[in-house]
Amino acid sequence: MPFEWVLALRFLREGRMQTALIIAGTTVGVAVIIFITALMNSLQASLAERTLSTQSHITVRAPDEAPLPVLDRQRAAVASHVEPRVQRLRSIDQWQRVFRELPSIPHVVAVSAIATGSGFAYRGNASKSIALIGVEPERYSRIVKIEDKIRTGAYRIGPGEAMIGIDLARDLGAAVGDRIRILSSEGRDDVFRITATFDLGVRDLNRRWVIMPLRSAQTLLDLPGGVTHIDLTVDDIFAAEAVAQQITARTGLTAESWMAVNSQLMAAFKNQTMTTRTVRLFLVLIVALGIASVLVVSVVQKQREIGILRAIGASPGRIKKVFLIQGGIVGSAGAAMGSGLATLMVWGASYALRQDDGSALITGQIEFSYYLAASAVAVLTGLLAAVAPARQAARMDPVEAIRYG
Amino acid sequence: MASRILELEGVRKSYNVGTPIEVEVLHGIDLALAAGEFAALIGPSGSGKSTLLHLIGLLERPTAGRILIAGKEVDHLDEAAMTELRGRTLGFVFQFHHLLPEFTALENVMMPTLIERGRYDGAMRARAQWLLGRVGLGDALAKKPAALSGGMQQRVAIARALAVNPPMVLADEPTGNLDSHTADEIFGLMREINREVGTAFLIVTHDARLAGRCDRRIELMDGSIWA
Ligand SMILES: Nc1ncnc2c1ncn2[C@@H]1O[C@H](COP(=O)(O)OP(=O)(O)OP(=O)(O)O)[C@@H](O)[C@H]1O
Ligand SMILES: [Mg+2]
Repeated sequence: MPFEWVLALRFLREGRMQTALIIAGTTVGVAVIIFITALMNSLQASLAERTLSTQSHITVRAPDEAPLPVLDRQRAAVASHVEPRVQRLRSIDQWQRVFRELPSIPHVVAVSAIATGSGFAYRGNASKSIALIGVEPERYSRIVKIEDKIRTGAYRIGPGEAMIGIDLARDLGAAVGDRIRILSSEGRDDVFRITATFDLGVRDLNRRWVIMPLRSAQTLLDLPGGVTHIDLTVDDIFAAEAVAQQITARTGLTAESWMAVNSQLMAAFKNQTMTTRTVRLFLVLIVALGIASVLVVSVVQKQREIGILRAIGASPGRIKKVFLIQGGIVGSAGAAMGSGLATLMVWGASYALRQDDGSALITGQIEFSYYLAASAVAVLTGLLAAVAPARQAARMDPVEAIRYG
Repeated sequence: MASRILELEGVRKSYNVGTPIEVEVLHGIDLALAAGEFAALIGPSGSGKSTLLHLIGLLERPTAGRILIAGKEVDHLDEAAMTELRGRTLGFVFQFHHLLPEFTALENVMMPTLIERGRYDGAMRARAQWLLGRVGLGDALAKKPAALSGGMQQRVAIARALAVNPPMVLADEPTGNLDSHTADEIFGLMREINREVGTAFLIVTHDARLAGRCDRRIELMDGSIWA
């Protein structure tokens, strides 16, 4: 072992109480940094997951129709008021081409074409306003996991079949196996047999959604072969907005990410992230000050020994290294033990913190990258905190130490 | 006279240079020490003995004059080169607080060699063991300084000063803290080593009796060499 390490380790070992306390402090700092990061990310992920259980990550649709000026530009001043155009139900132009292209965009893992519009459902005397959702069931299940939300019946829609929300089923007094008549806003109608009822956890959706085969919806909505939306799933939910922007740039279509749709939630996330970041910064600062103060005291205590070491041939640079290494060791020990403690804390929290429905609020897992990042920060903090004390040690005049030591 | 291990020419040392409390402690010292010489540096308190020893020991720089160690001019050496030369050619024994309390006697004796070579090796351990045996501490290798008496600590310090087999050892009142019997023993030990190995010694002492047993007495008075 090199001379500098021999000394650093021995100084730490012999400074028992100081060393134990500062490593304990660093350990707690590292553990709390990992813990709050894991807690926040876990909370955000579970909130996002809840939100996304009924929404696609990204929805692509035709751009809004802009009002076309009737007059030519030169005389446009004549028009004092331009009304926005009424948005018709219409298909995405050449949607098959876009549909084939989308999976090649990074992060996109699933695409599903959808034809949707509004209408009415009738059964007996009852009539309810509904949203027609025409999907290809295998593809759609990779966008919104309706299978997991089926209350009665089975996730299956063949021609002439539909699945409806539980509140709509109650309003219509209909059950699996019953038939309902659907009238679209385009004035076409057809009869569907109910194969399943589902509960999306959102009253409004449960009251309005009717999921049917894509072809049936196309016919009802008078969109032969057309689709109104393409829904996408991405592998990193927080990359959704960037992917959406890329899609818009590439296709000219309107692409909306769940992040844009849920801007309030995203704002809350942002504040949470900022808060966590601030707390982390202060923790790092406190740890750094702790390490620095212990090392400064140690340098003063070791003044005489530093003088002797200088007299017997140790250069100021090597003395400096001895104290830098001590900072690094404290940081590393804190990183290792803090990682262990954080694992315990997160594991404990995964049992202690429960949601209303009794499920765990956070997972007991910590991403490996948090350990790495926190450990790197701890070691770096230890080294940086040691810079000032190490300089002080290197500057120490050996004669002063020997004369007055 | 044999080759010179040490030469000083017109060495001056002032403190607080450029301030109203500037004071010249050494006023033009000319001094030479032969290889293997055993010399006492005596003089009243405050006469500048320690200061002179620190200059020779390359722990401080003179304000003026030249210092040659083993024929090598040291004035224009940088800090690193001075440190290196110090580690290789000079051993130190101080009056108190001279051992590293965190390390055992054996580790203390190996320390100069560890610094020089960078890491422990078998040869330095063997030599340190031999040296401790030579100073009569063969069975105290694993003891920390706090567990040793003053005389034993000074023996460890002597062994450490000899670790890299330097041509010269500088000792500042090495027996100043010891009872006269122990002081005699320590002094005798240095004398023996001087005779056996040929290491030159420059020993600051207040003890006229011990000074009388040296080959040569250098007397410092108010910053000048008297005799
Ligand atoms: N850093 C300093 N600044 C100012 N004056 C100093 C400094 N170091 C030493 N002196 C002065 O230099 C003079 C010589 O001191 P030195 O320690 O060399 O004497 P000494 O002969 O070793 O004395 P003693 O026998 O008491 O050890 C003293 O007057 C002392 O006060
Ligand atoms: Mg003195």
